[in-house]
Amino acid sequence: MLLSENTLSAARRVYLDLAAGRPVEPLAIEAMLPYLKSSCGNPSSLHDFGQQAKRAVEEARSKIAALINAEKKESILFTSGATESNNLAIKGVANRNKDRGPRILTSSVEHMSVVNPCKFLTTKGFETIFLPVDKYGFLNLDSLQKELTEKTVLVSVVYANSEIGTIEPIKEISKIVHSKNAYLHVDATAACGHVPIDVKTEGIDLLTISSNDLYGPKGVGALYVKEGVRLEPLFHGGGQEKGLRSGTENVAGIVGFGKAAEIAKAEMQTEIVRLTKLRDRFIDGLLKPIPYSFLNGHPTTRLPDNVSVRYSFIEGESMLLSLDLKGVYASSGSACAAKTLEPSHVLLAIGLKHEEAHGSLMFTLGRHSTEEDVDYAASLMPDIVKRLRDMSPLTPKELKT
Amino acid sequence: MYTEKVMEHFKNPRNVGEIPDADGVGTVGNPVCGDLMTIYIKVKDNRLVDIKFKTFGCGSAIATSSMITELAKGKTLEEGLKITRANVADELGGLPAIKMHCSNLAADALHAAIEDYYKKQGKGGEVKK
Repeated sequence: MLLSENTLSAARRVYLDLAAGRPVEPLAIEAMLPYLKSSCGNPSSLHDFGQQAKRAVEEARSKIAALINAEKKESILFTSGATESNNLAIKGVANRNKDRGPRILTSSVEHMSVVNPCKFLTTKGFETIFLPVDKYGFLNLDSLQKELTEKTVLVSVVYANSEIGTIEPIKEISKIVHSKNAYLHVDATAACGHVPIDVKTEGIDLLTISSNDLYGPKGVGALYVKEGVRLEPLFHGGGQEKGLRSGTENVAGIVGFGKAAEIAKAEMQTEIVRLTKLRDRFIDGLLKPIPYSFLNGHPTTRLPDNVSVRYSFIEGESMLLSLDLKGVYASSGSACAAKTLEPSHVLLAIGLKHEEAHGSLMFTLGRHSTEEDVDYAASLMPDIVKRLRDMSPLTPKELKT
Repeated sequence: MYTEKVMEHFKNPRNVGEIPDADGVGTVGNPVCGDLMTIYIKVKDNRLVDIKFKTFGCGSAIATSSMITELAKGKTLEEGLKITRANVADELGGLPAIKMHCSNLAADALHAAIEDYYKKQGKGGEVKK
């Protein structure tokens, strides 16, 4: 891929696309190594090798339970990642609790690993309603109330949006959902490890957690399932994870995930303060010098690491490529950089026009991001935007140079 | 994802701009789908003596716009009409499959500009579709 070749000559390299992929925390790598080497036992084996692996998995389970204040470690199921967790939660609850009724409610700003299982279930006799959000991406609670019937089996809502950063009012949503005894699944992929989550006080029945999104290895995730919530498994096999997720445990991955969760918990409060300051400095740097530039998502009720902006009259991939040439790596809300031709459904759901959505840029800040990094990235934008606006037939005359 | 040639045209696009007294103007695409391009031509003795473009779009939209101006400049109108989307993509060393139809509109824009020129000359019938 030439994108990376082009940047070999760039003076600096500033990676601000952490939502797409994060480096694994060095202490997590260290914790994993024995389980990739000599500690090769299978947790299901009765002998010492097996039991050693089992203890490691259970220790990791406790760490993840502690991160979200789960009532007990047994409420945590390990999966292959957030996509599997979302699928297991949605299909698992719907199929196992069919008798409750066919209705599934979800928001119109969910990740595709929530959108697509919900759509798939409509081919199996369920009905899915995508609830509207406001211009910040907050779920419309009135329409939740209106569409929530006695026949609703499940409501699935994102904890915080990975594209626009907005944090949903989960506690309020939970109260409404439980007033009709439906189950609440929350996709906390982008949020878990970055903002405090308490499944007990927030009233969450199922919670999706991703390992890599909190600096653990890729290919591992978890689903919190509150005691008493009945699920149908996606995989049938040897009966691991209480029969809900058959398949030999990814021991090394789980151990790394556990260590990363422990570190995320310990560092969370200081990181929230540091990143929020950095985020707001970056947003100012990106928007203030450039007319017709806007923030996507809510200015304060947002993830500390999420920066999503848009510039009128130009297109996201062109900005992305221009930044890439200068050693800054971001993501765009534009169709052209993705696999589909449509711009992001999240940006359209918050009311942006297609051409506005196409002009969006997303950055995620990380544990290693510094003021110099964000200042450098922001300093590139005026020239990039000016060059592309000068080239665009949509740019109004007064902005042309 | 993109060839070196595409990136080179993206970084240094040729013939960007408008021609205020253009003899023909062609606009194709739509900002809704993420690509919009306008081609301006100046015609003398049946030749494309000047050509400029304005484009809203992704890297390949900009690169194909730049490439078509290079391919078309100095050509006769008939030769200009013969330049295809495939020619533009080939000259750029290829485009990613997904970009082939959404962001490879430059040939259409050139043809639209030539058609506009013919129309202004009262020779609309000469354009072969």
